[in-house]
Amino acid sequence: MRAAVEIEPSNLPSFTVGEVYVDTPRMTTRNVNVFYGDKMAIENVTLDIAEKQVVSFIGPSGCGKSTFLRCLNRMNDTIANCRVEGEIKLDDQNIYDAHIDVVPLRARVGMVFQKPNPFPKSIYDNVAYGPRIHGLASSKEELDGIVEASLSRAGLWEEVASRLDQSGTGLSGGQQQRLCIARAIAVSPEVILMDEPCSALDPIATARIEELIFELREEFTIVMVTHSMQQAARISNRTAYFHLGRLVEVGETSTIFTNPKHELTNSYITGRFG
Amino acid sequence: MSSPVIAVIVLFISLGYFFVGIRVTSGLAPNGMRYQSRPHYSGLFAALLAFLPSSFLLIVLSIGDDLVFQQLALNFVPETVSTTEDYKEIIVLAQIENVVNGINFGEQPEWVYQAAEAWQGWLSTSSILKTGSVIGLCLVGGFYGFLKLGPDFRSRNAVERIILLILASSSAIAILTTIGIVFSVVFESLRFFALVPVKEFLFGLTWNPQFEGAERAGSGQMGIATYGSVPLFVGTLLISVVALSVAVPVGLFSAIYLSEYASSRVRSIIKPLLEMLAGVPTVVYGFFAALTVAPFIRSMGMTVGLDVASESALAAGLVMGIMIIPFVSSLSDDVINAVPQALRDAAYGLGSTKSEAIRKVVLPAALPGVVASVLLAVSRAVGETMIVVMAAGLAANLSFNPLDAVTTVTSQIVTILVGDQEFESAKTLSAFALALTLIVITLGLNFGSLQIVKKYREQYE
Repeated sequence: MRAAVEIEPSNLPSFTVGEVYVDTPRMTTRNVNVFYGDKMAIENVTLDIAEKQVVSFIGPSGCGKSTFLRCLNRMNDTIANCRVEGEIKLDDQNIYDAHIDVVPLRARVGMVFQKPNPFPKSIYDNVAYGPRIHGLASSKEELDGIVEASLSRAGLWEEVASRLDQSGTGLSGGQQQRLCIARAIAVSPEVILMDEPCSALDPIATARIEELIFELREEFTIVMVTHSMQQAARISNRTAYFHLGRLVEVGETSTIFTNPKHELTNSYITGRFG
Repeated sequence: MSSPVIAVIVLFISLGYFFVGIRVTSGLAPNGMRYQSRPHYSGLFAALLAFLPSSFLLIVLSIGDDLVFQQLALNFVPETVSTTEDYKEIIVLAQIENVVNGINFGEQPEWVYQAAEAWQGWLSTSSILKTGSVIGLCLVGGFYGFLKLGPDFRSRNAVERIILLILASSSAIAILTTIGIVFSVVFESLRFFALVPVKEFLFGLTWNPQFEGAERAGSGQMGIATYGSVPLFVGTLLISVVALSVAVPVGLFSAIYLSEYASSRVRSIIKPLLEMLAGVPTVVYGFFAALTVAPFIRSMGMTVGLDVASESALAAGLVMGIMIIPFVSSLSDDVINAVPQALRDAAYGLGSTKSEAIRKVVLPAALPGVVASVLLAVSRAVGETMIVVMAAGLAANLSFNPLDAVTTVTSQIVTILVGDQEFESAKTLSAFALALTLIVITLGLNFGSLQIVKKYREQYE
């Protein structure tokens, strides 16, 4: 039986506890607020995302972790009444500046979604989509190379090499998600955002993706939203705990899970709500 | 009793069985068992058994009795009349029925009055028989159903089966009607092809239908009838191509605008307005084409030194194109909207611009539906008559120039079948041959494009 915990807004901290700043930040966010119409979805989030690390966002449903993730490549722009305040920088450049073009931004900050969403095209065309629209390959051979390299890094090459011309939607769920990851890394992003990448998959496919993320953090900066605390504990360097639109606590994953500083974090990771 | 009155009585009896069935099967059965189905299924079962067979019988009797009477009435025709050369059953029957209905055109022969009197007698007999048998069947059917109701009887399953039967026979009606239409056209066409060789019809380059009377009167060269349908099909093709080259881009672009760019407020205003275009009667488009567009095109042509016929394929095609815009835009808009948001997100997440996402992801995924909407537009364009009659003229010129006057298959069918016809002449029968060819061509088009769609579709679920 889970004990009810008071989670009224008055319980929330006015500032984030733990280690907000890092030495080698790739992205920095300062005092970020997000509104859907009049409703405040994210309040005053300040966080550094370190180079070539995995950061996990955890927290109960509706705590704003996905909303915050989608601010990092301005995917929230596609939602009509969504408004973002504050400062989000990628390599010292504010991505919400008026003169910033979202198209190259999203090429630099790629995204993998909750439900595998391959295009209804061939496996090859799925991976080649990004390089084609961004003109990354000047010849067919070069494009073939990118596709093979991306599929290999996503651990899918051996399974699909003989059927690149078949539809991506014909793959299994786990393969589809790895195809989506291959598609994202084909444009050589610097940061990859993953919005609960395993929540639609079975345990074996999940383990496969987790392994993959673990390998990918050698080359990419990865921000991942997850509902599974075990997953966050297994593969992330740092973990951030969100609650009701605030960033409650952030720090080294080991610290968060063994020695949380905030009472709410402690309640969540010990399973008293969520 | 007249048929509508009987129908109402049948309805009331069925309702009665419905409520009695519910009443009896509510609660427990006499032996204390629970009924297998809920009471209203029991009631529905009895009511359907009362209603369906009797109303079917009613329909059959109401349609069938006239046919029986006609055969009986023909017995009254004396041999001296039925063996004359221009004796026609239809005319005799019309005479008798007129007398039955109290319409008199002068004095009729004695046997007509006898037949009419007998007819009156049959009418009253059949009315009594009809009333008795239909209401009787209704009562018996319902009672039979009522008797079957017991704790073990699965009335729910029985009702499901009856409903399945009703639904299946409804779709059978649509299919049978189509088959009937095709057959009626085929038989008349065969009669036409007995008069005019198929080869001449399909490949002849001159269309000049004439009544045999006109031919006999010998009005010089013009009097020789020729039935080469090529100019008509070329005209149809020409006008359809003009119409589609207006409707497909405009319709598709407005569909993309509506589904991807317009705010929901704009969309809620523009979409009904566009669909209103489909509600304008085609005859209105016809005079818009004939009185506004055609003269405009003609004067435009004159200013640049082109010779434009006052009834041009271009005018008819343009206006027809406007008419079929909503078919393309409204359906395409729906299928584009049905493309999952996840695909758009994936495209945006990879750094696509809006138009890249639409061109490379959304439209390919929506392709089958878009093609279906274009197909619908094509069949509308090919089948459209009024605009062409009014704006493109009736001159069967063999021309690929949209500035010339041409005519189409459908408008020829109209001109052939409007007014008085002799049904034995090749001219009248040629309308059926044209219709048959048109049906075959449209079927071929539909089939062909379905194959194309199957090959290129990108299935997203």
